[in-house]
Amino acid sequence: MSNETWQWQEDGCTVSRSTQWSGPGCHNGCGILYYTKGDKLIKVEGDATNPYNAGRLCMRCLNLTEAVNHPDRLKWPLKRAGNRGENKWERIPWDEAYDIIEEKVKSIKKDYGPESIIGMEGTGRNIIWQVPYLTYAGFESPNYTLGFLSGDACYLPRAAQQAVMQSDFFVTDCAQHFETRYETPEYEVPKVIIIWGNNPIISNGDGFFGHWIIDLMRKGSKLIVIDPKLTWLASKADFWLQLRPGTDSALAMSMLNVIINESLYDKEFVEKWTAGFEKLKECVQEYPPEIASEITWVPKEMIIEAARFYAKNKPAAIQWGLAVDQQVTGISAAQAITSLWTITGNVDVPGGNVISKSGFNVDDGYNCGIEWVSEDTLQKRLGNESYPLKMYGFASTAHGDSVLKAIESGKPYPVKMLWLQTTNPIANMGSEAPRVYDAMRKVDFNVVVDLFMTPTAVACADIVLPAGMSLERDSFRAWFAPLRAISKIIQYEECKSDEQIVLDLGKRLNPAAFPWKTVEEWLEWKFGNAKDHYPDAFQIPWSGKTYRERGNTRGVTFKELQERGWIYADWQYRKYEKGLLRRDRQPGFNTADGKIQLFNTLFDDWGLNPLPYHEEPPESPYSAPELYKEYPLILTSGARSWEFFHSEHRQQPTMRIFHPDPLVTIHPDKAKELGIKDGDWVWLESKRGRCKQKAKLAATLNPKVVSAEHGWWFPEKPGAEPILFGVFDSNINNLTAQCQNGETGYGAPNKGLLCKIYKVTEENSQVMPTMQVTKMGGFGYDRK
Amino acid sequence: MTENKASSRNGLLIDYEFCTGCHSCEVACMKELKLPPEQYGIRVLEDGPRKTPKGKWDWTYLPFPTSLCDLCEDRVKAGKKPSCVQHCQAAIMTYGPVEELSKKLAEKPKMVLFTPV
Ligand code: SF4
Ligand code: SF4
Ligand code: SF4
Repeated sequence: MSNETWQWQEDGCTVSRSTQWSGPGCHNGCGILYYTKGDKLIKVEGDATNPYNAGRLCMRCLNLTEAVNHPDRLKWPLKRAGNRGENKWERIPWDEAYDIIEEKVKSIKKDYGPESIIGMEGTGRNIIWQVPYLTYAGFESPNYTLGFLSGDACYLPRAAQQAVMQSDFFVTDCAQHFETRYETPEYEVPKVIIIWGNNPIISNGDGFFGHWIIDLMRKGSKLIVIDPKLTWLASKADFWLQLRPGTDSALAMSMLNVIINESLYDKEFVEKWTAGFEKLKECVQEYPPEIASEITWVPKEMIIEAARFYAKNKPAAIQWGLAVDQQVTGISAAQAITSLWTITGNVDVPGGNVISKSGFNVDDGYNCGIEWVSEDTLQKRLGNESYPLKMYGFASTAHGDSVLKAIESGKPYPVKMLWLQTTNPIANMGSEAPRVYDAMRKVDFNVVVDLFMTPTAVACADIVLPAGMSLERDSFRAWFAPLRAISKIIQYEECKSDEQIVLDLGKRLNPAAFPWKTVEEWLEWKFGNAKDHYPDAFQIPWSGKTYRERGNTRGVTFKELQERGWIYADWQYRKYEKGLLRRDRQPGFNTADGKIQLFNTLFDDWGLNPLPYHEEPPESPYSAPELYKEYPLILTSGARSWEFFHSEHRQQPTMRIFHPDPLVTIHPDKAKELGIKDGDWVWLESKRGRCKQKAKLAATLNPKVVSAEHGWWFPEKPGAEPILFGVFDSNINNLTAQCQNGETGYGAPNKGLLCKIYKVTEENSQVMPTMQVTKMGGFGYDRK
Repeated sequence: MTENKASSRNGLLIDYEFCTGCHSCEVACMKELKLPPEQYGIRVLEDGPRKTPKGKWDWTYLPFPTSLCDLCEDRVKAGKKPSCVQHCQAAIMTYGPVEELSKKLAEKPKMVLFTPV
């Protein structure tokens, strides 16, 4: 083994040091060694020299051989041969596929305008700047979005709120910005970590290696866990606040109430670096612990004690997650939680919540290439018509629900083409999946780029393109540190990397925007290098930034990065004191007055709530008591499992040995009441539809709450309809809703709905949901 | 068993207090030993989650090597750590001479020392 070079020989294999990011994968990007013979992957190991994961791997990467060498992978471009849904395909060469797409794009642009083309991708994948660039620069459409993600409810509410409140991203400090990690002298271990609305050891969300929390626990960090479900971390916590799903805002406001009224906040920091504290102070008076306790179901004493514990122990950090976004008040919950680390002065200090720029700032994500969309067209971005955050440019995507409505109604204009790059909305990302299915089938022309033949591709694609997996592409991982190389090591059949596909197509559609001959040249440009070669490309500002302001690797080329594996940018704490956050290089945060906006003036100007508030989920025991009589259980969903990343990994035998079936967790008392035993198949039903999962009894939930899994389809079943890989049979998104968003357009209540549960019998299972949806028009209710 | 063997015996020390039940050791081992489906060189047992009479939660995972574990003989010879040790996400496993490990065993509670071979 060698650290000097990125490739060497061992045991008759070539070993290559790289980074694994999707697909298949997760939000991380762990250091990995691939052992290959020719173009075949033999085995993988964690890269012990990479400080990010220090040699560790989860079972998904350990099992990569089953993914990479899977016989069912897509191998070459396919053109639909039968009707949509028949799963009949004709193999075509890449050029023919590109010809068809080019012709369609050009004619749709001419006849309906570029805005009629929607570019979509799945979450956290290695296409977060590539698909935006194709959409904006290639299609010249303003409509880049995630695959029908309702309320953009995955990090985007938190991101938009952070953009308005102080303009940067905060992350829990696990010394991840230092090559020397925990040994770094200036680093401090957080005394307390609040785990809010996620189970990071399994989910690894937003570039955060969850087991860093274990590292810190072993170094003495104490935990407060805020989760409706007892997670393993919650079982080890000093405080587990078992809140009712969708009440995070009320809980955070009440903790602020305790911290402010007991004078436990950092007065100096508040005075110097925040604006609107008095207004926040007044507002939190509406949430004393006894009121919040009624709303959240968390005992009053627990709220008080946990708030004190957090405020009195410094440094402390809050590791937040997806549940914050998945409520109508997602923005509000994010604002309240940000206020917690702000007023306690845990801002950008060692062991607190630190401001992170993604690896040398080279990754500007969802806005990549937006300058290629004309001003007029940009105004047509779907969602702008209804939501000021979108209209005034604080958001980087079209609004998923507005896209759905445009397809359904043809208003404000018709949608003519969907570009779906590694997203499988009917299996995973789209809530109200049967509705999304109908909508996608209505669109004239759809292209799916993916790793396997998915239910989405069978149901609606006209062209299917095979994407390379992580070790089949040159790319990089920047969120958040270090900047890591992803190297192409093998070629699988005719697969192409996502970068290559976008570049090939971009050159045909809008050559001026794609001047690079190779992917490597494109990566150089992304790194801020090769300025002399592409003076024109560099004249175009990038996400509103000119070349000088754009991130760059200070001359490190892709090849050099590949050799070195990763590079760390310089790191400084308390950047706001040092003039490192603002364009004018003055101290302060990157807001108009340089302060963190506890009171959101911009929201106020737009007629939105400028301060955090609680709003009942639209379907809750209190907001919909009649509905609650018929559907007397609170349904939460989307908790992760070790084996799968969303809808991925279901075709790997090893994963299915560990986790063969979709599981719904029910409290044993509730199960007894319903006559359900562990392992029984049960129907879960909401007012919109039903699905079938297997009961797992555990006292980890309030008996009034059940927790169902998401992302289930069955690659082992036939793909042709009416089976369609059984995609609707166990699909929790038959029960969830689209178009129930917060006042900002952000947030969706998908972790807090109402349902009922009953045992599966032969009699009540005559028609399976996939049959119901694909052949019988769905579940028959009014779609709002 | 010769005295020689006894004095050079190696083992696995596991700080099971922090085992998260992530299955990485199980899969790492399957791959290393090239085991057929549903065969394991190490298994992770689970107790709980269970509320104790004191009102605290017990939720403990305990990994233990099976009869198939050879302490990664080949890897160790090649100068590497056993695969489960290297990949454990919580980094709670240590491989080494039993004598050394038994000293470490005394350093904190909730540890276990295995001597599979
Ligand atoms: S967390 Fe797991 S799936 Fe994600 S990159 Fe790391 S090892 Fe791979
Ligand atoms: S030491 Fe090697 S053989 Fe033994 S359990 Fe660990 S990985 Fe398996
Ligand atoms: S890899 Fe480590 S943390 Fe994961 S189950 Fe095995 S021993 Fe436990």
